[in-house]
Amino acid sequence: MTKAGTTVAAARDHARAVRLPRRRGVELALIVLAVLLSVYGYCAVGLARTGTVPPGAVGYGAGLGVLALFAHVAVRIRAPHADPLPLPIGVLLNGLGLVLIYRLDLETPDDRAAPAQLVWSTLGVGLFIAVVLVLRDHRALQRYSYVCVVAALVLLLLPILFPAVNGARIWIRVAGFSIQPGEFAKVLLAVFYAAYLAANRNALAYTGRRVWRMQFPTGRVLGPIVTIWLLSVGVLVLERDLGTSLLFFGLFVVLLYVATGRTGWIAVGLLLAVLGAFAVGRLEPHVGGRIEDWLHPFATIEAGRGPNQLSQSLFAFAAGGVLGTGLGLGHSTLIGFATKSDFILATAGEELGLAGLAAIFLLYALLVERGYRSGLALREPFGRLLAVGLASLVALQVFVIAGGVTGLIPLTGMAMPFLAQGGSSVVTNWAIVALLIRVSDSARRQYDGRDAP
Amino acid sequence: MTEYGGGRPMARYIRHACAFCVLLLAALLVNAARVQVVQARVYTDNPANRRATIARYQQPRGDILVGGAPVTGSLDTGEQLRYERTYRDGPLYAPVTGFASQTYGTTFLEHSEDGVLAGTDAMLSPLPLWHDVTRGRSRGGDVVTTLDRRAQQAAYRGLAGRKGAVAAIEPATGRVLALVTSPSYDPSSLSGNGEAVASAWSRLIHDPEKPMLNRAVRQTYPPGSTFKVVTAAAALDAGVVTDLDEPTRSPDPYRLPGTRTRLTNEADGCRDASLRAAFEWSCNTVFAKLGVDVGVSAMAGTAEAFGFNDSGLRIPFSVSPSTFDRHVDRAQLALSSIGQYNTRATPLQMAMVAAAVAGGGQLRTPYLVERTTRHGGETVEGAGAHPARQVMKPSTAARLRELMTDVVEEGTGTQAAIPGATVGGKTGTAQHGVGNSGVPYAWFVSWAQAENAMEPGVAVAVVVEDASANRGEISGGGDAAPIAKEVMRAVLGL
Repeated sequence: MTKAGTTVAAARDHARAVRLPRRRGVELALIVLAVLLSVYGYCAVGLARTGTVPPGAVGYGAGLGVLALFAHVAVRIRAPHADPLPLPIGVLLNGLGLVLIYRLDLETPDDRAAPAQLVWSTLGVGLFIAVVLVLRDHRALQRYSYVCVVAALVLLLLPILFPAVNGARIWIRVAGFSIQPGEFAKVLLAVFYAAYLAANRNALAYTGRRVWRMQFPTGRVLGPIVTIWLLSVGVLVLERDLGTSLLFFGLFVVLLYVATGRTGWIAVGLLLAVLGAFAVGRLEPHVGGRIEDWLHPFATIEAGRGPNQLSQSLFAFAAGGVLGTGLGLGHSTLIGFATKSDFILATAGEELGLAGLAAIFLLYALLVERGYRSGLALREPFGRLLAVGLASLVALQVFVIAGGVTGLIPLTGMAMPFLAQGGSSVVTNWAIVALLIRVSDSARRQYDGRDAP
Repeated sequence: MTEYGGGRPMARYIRHACAFCVLLLAALLVNAARVQVVQARVYTDNPANRRATIARYQQPRGDILVGGAPVTGSLDTGEQLRYERTYRDGPLYAPVTGFASQTYGTTFLEHSEDGVLAGTDAMLSPLPLWHDVTRGRSRGGDVVTTLDRRAQQAAYRGLAGRKGAVAAIEPATGRVLALVTSPSYDPSSLSGNGEAVASAWSRLIHDPEKPMLNRAVRQTYPPGSTFKVVTAAAALDAGVVTDLDEPTRSPDPYRLPGTRTRLTNEADGCRDASLRAAFEWSCNTVFAKLGVDVGVSAMAGTAEAFGFNDSGLRIPFSVSPSTFDRHVDRAQLALSSIGQYNTRATPLQMAMVAAAVAGGGQLRTPYLVERTTRHGGETVEGAGAHPARQVMKPSTAARLRELMTDVVEEGTGTQAAIPGATVGGKTGTAQHGVGNSGVPYAWFVSWAQAENAMEPGVAVAVVVEDASANRGEISGGGDAAPIAKEVMRAVLGL
């Protein structure tokens, strides 16, 4: 006992010379800032709409603040070396999302989404705290990789048993709550990919045949992973949730590339993507229509049928200009359907302008960058791949949905991480942040001064 | 760099992947800048984008004021297009206000003063470019009209639903005191955007009575005998007649030059009558001959000085041009000179004729907007200088006043006489239709000067086109003059 204690103390002493500052104070300060910004946004909506500070401002601020504080305390206890940025970014984005949903609720008094979103956010932060407290070392996840993939597939298959909502079979309804199991599957698949690739990356990298500077892997190592991938994508195409299948595909390609360094993977990935997009675009009228909308957003206007959702979304972004109309003063509700979920970014774009949008993108970029940084700092491949996978998950998700609503790529329904209405998505994103915190804690604790984390 | 799992430099691939993700987010930002800044105008100006419309109705519209009190209002509907126009005494003021509809646009003052009323006029902004920076919009300003509430009401009451119109102006300034059309409509029925508005619109535009036609400024009528004021002015100015009481050496009936058509009179004693007698009893033969004697260019010159053939008159909404045809032979000129053939005039134009006589030969361009103000009442723009133009010699005007006074004192216009005021007038019963088969229009143009006033305070023109009346009964003196009288009394306060 004593000896062990001395060893730890010695190790600490040794590490202290090169150890990074813990930065928990910075995290707390940033959390306070994030909460204050959210409360400010909440008040700004009220002031713009009714000229008064909304009555719930104090409660809202206190609620968000307490949640954030609990999360912070959990980090202090169990992950004291963690990166100080992911948690405040999560709090700010979640707070901003609540403000935007609250603001849109004012236009639809019969359909209030903010209270439910607040409940989900609480659950999300609860999950965050649980993960940070329970999961002492992320490497423990490696042992459960096959459990993860089975769970992911079950979650993906589950909604097929339930009726389709708005053309997509991705929801299940339990006790009045609709849950999107595919959201949780993302994290589980990321864990599985990371674990599998960490175990097999050398086989993947060094075997196979070379075709003009690009090395292609053999079927034996490729088999299981492609099977899993095809299965998940097949399920998604069946469920008509194209955004998520795009996300899984992107995640798969990125992780394969990082694990093996083989550009051949990118070539295979792009080829598969083109083939898949072509096939799905041909076979699925739903998807074909989306591509048509993307190429000609004003086609319905010219046909005299009025603007479609995408053109309304573009109108909203354009109305925002550089500085935006101000919270509560835009007309993004003209988009009509899914303003609080898929099109939440249009409200941000219209009311906060390009400036606000740039800030939001920057927050996501920062979150992604911190994830990658942890990946760089870690020394074992599973942790690296997990960090990269989670960070890429966020980046790809943001790209798919934000690119869709701004007309950069064809629109596919997906939740903007933290901002959009949708409980499963918020909970999942908090789980992602928790894992990033866990991974970054390991990374910074192990830091030996050799490579800048 | 060696690693746990093998010798491959995974860090490099992580950096590449990271760069790729950052690239994706940067692409989002670039695309957002494209949509929000570079191509924003394309999206903003798209007619399917409702934002401009919503912003327009987001705040109460400024009001149109008559006699210091608003005749318009705004109703908060709580709908997407929030504020809807309301009108007090809508039918009474409809030819002035027009309508401001969320569905059908705007007309008349609502249209020509829309910038002020909607708050988009740059003059309303507290600082130059202020609203371009703040993305705000000024509170709608008010439009103060020159109308005289009581004159307007008197005219509307006088018409009593019969088809017709009244225009009254103040000769010394050109201020429009009354502008009435009948039958009228309630513009508030067109304000909103619902089903009821569409059906009201459809009913109004298909109504054979044409209630939305602004007869005072947008309908021209043959002026008939009231045009003899212009002919007399031309004859006096040209020196064709030098003495009001000298015989004009005109035959009765008068054979139109170059034709076999013989022009006759309703009244007797027109053969060789003096200008005074001919004016008083409205002798067609005398004025047809005078017009021919004056000649087409001098006749047209005088008519144009009064405002005929002017398509540019704005008060501030446009007034249909009254016409006097320059391309006529002598027979047509003879008919033109008694207000027939292609001679047509709006009621406002005939009020201007009376005003020029009353104003000593000077005519001021009529205007309807006294000033525009900010929401608080601070003046944004005044009426500005409305230049006078000399229509005829002052001596001619003085003689015409004498002639017109005679008409009211002892001629066809006795029903317009007002105790305590000098009134000058001219009746007209204009025939129209194929072979003059239509029900004639009854005209009366006049001016009035209170006994204690320095100059005439009002000039008015009334036209009544009543299809239901018997042809024999409708007449300028009988139908139109009493309306003119009430309007003049209202203005003079007698």
